[in-house]
Amino acid sequence: MYEQIARNKRRTFLMLLGFVVLITLVATAIVLLFGGGWVGVVIAFVIAMALAWGSYYNSDKIAIKASRAVPADEVEYRRYHNLVEGLCIAAGLPKPKLYIVNDPAPNAFATGRNPKHAAIAVTTGLLEKMNRVELEGVLAHELSHVKNYDILVTTVAVTAIGTIALISDIGLRFAFWGSMSGRRDNNGDSGPIGVVIAVASLAVLMLAPFAGYLMQMAMSRNREYLADASGVLLTRYPPGLISALEKLQDDHAVVHNATKATAQMWIEQPLETDPKKQGSKFNNLFDTHPPLEDRIKRLQEM
Amino acid sequence: MVAVIVVLVIVVVIGLFFWLGYNGLVKRRNQVDNAWSQIDVQLKRRHDLIPNLIETVKGYAAHERGTFEAVTAARANAINAQGPEAQAQAENALSGALKSLFAVAEAYPDLKANQNFLNLQEELTSTEDRIAYARQFFNDSVLSYNTKIQQFPTVVLAGMFHFEKREFFDAAPEDEELPKVQF
Repeated sequence: MYEQIARNKRRTFLMLLGFVVLITLVATAIVLLFGGGWVGVVIAFVIAMALAWGSYYNSDKIAIKASRAVPADEVEYRRYHNLVEGLCIAAGLPKPKLYIVNDPAPNAFATGRNPKHAAIAVTTGLLEKMNRVELEGVLAHELSHVKNYDILVTTVAVTAIGTIALISDIGLRFAFWGSMSGRRDNNGDSGPIGVVIAVASLAVLMLAPFAGYLMQMAMSRNREYLADASGVLLTRYPPGLISALEKLQDDHAVVHNATKATAQMWIEQPLETDPKKQGSKFNNLFDTHPPLEDRIKRLQEM
Repeated sequence: MVAVIVVLVIVVVIGLFFWLGYNGLVKRRNQVDNAWSQIDVQLKRRHDLIPNLIETVKGYAAHERGTFEAVTAARANAINAQGPEAQAQAENALSGALKSLFAVAEAYPDLKANQNFLNLQEELTSTEDRIAYARQFFNDSVLSYNTKIQQFPTVVLAGMFHFEKREFFDAAPEDEELPKVQF
């Protein structure tokens, strides 16, 4: 359990490092192509950061609104409140705001930029279908997203991707425009090495946004494993979460008010996945969540 | 000139080490104390729920007098217990008495359908959970504090300012006979 947590944290760090490498690559490509352009790189970074900061600061409000969640009544949803209060004691966290999404599909999500501004939402379907221990496992998973600052991690990833996409886009447009007007900025050197460098730089600019997106998805899956492991660290009872995930596996309903934008917050992928494509590795690359079987297997190994 | 800068840097680094290291230790020690008092808060919550529970059950199962008296006595013992060890023992006895009360309730379908009883049962179950979680958090805090005062470099500060090692909360001996969940 402790090793799984440590391993997942190391992976997050490596992935963040990967983003830094990717941004450096893209920036180098720009400089090689145009013999300058650092200012552009910095501007792109600032724009991406401003956009990501806005979404970071309002993440809870946006997520709650988008999924049409309503505050959970303290009396009507007593068990839900009690379980979260207990888990907060175990985690040493303040109690987050609790919300209900009126939807028969069992699912849950957590949001908020830090433990003091956090919210957890569950669907009415989850409350109906899970027993006390299973519900506790799911809530511990969600609370772990809060404790692990996953919203912050996601924001950093989104900033990095935004920067990469912006620079690449601007770079490609300039390269295109430059070649159309027949102007070369890089000291007129056009030997074979110059051509290779230019082609390689263009390839980097074209592929970088795609690579960044794949990395973000990989990171999101990694954080799910981490939340599973640290959730169990709270309840000290893996069978609770295992049995909850098995129930989710058997239930094929999809959440109504979930979109691609909010997909990575839910405990289970809320959108329809084609069962025929399920086994293919390539399809998995675009998923925000690891397959439930894998998550169950890792929990059983604890 | 260079020597002055070097000395200055060393002084600043040592100062920072003292400042951050000491504050970190104080923060962890306070967390341990707070975690300990959280356990008491949850125990008190349980004590407060019990009279209500007994009143509700009495309405349906008046002749189970022995069970009520056992719970009431166990509650009084738990409230009056002095010292961590005696307190832990009394609280465990109370847990046992409550279990038999709920077992008795199983025999009364009307009682089991009573909304008030169901609410109280939910409250008591979650309070038991909270007591367990509060103890878990206390032990987590002690672990983090003890590790910090034994690790280099903070072990130096811990020695200088007398940060003492803390004891873990131990479950009662009879609890240890329960089957262990293997992680």
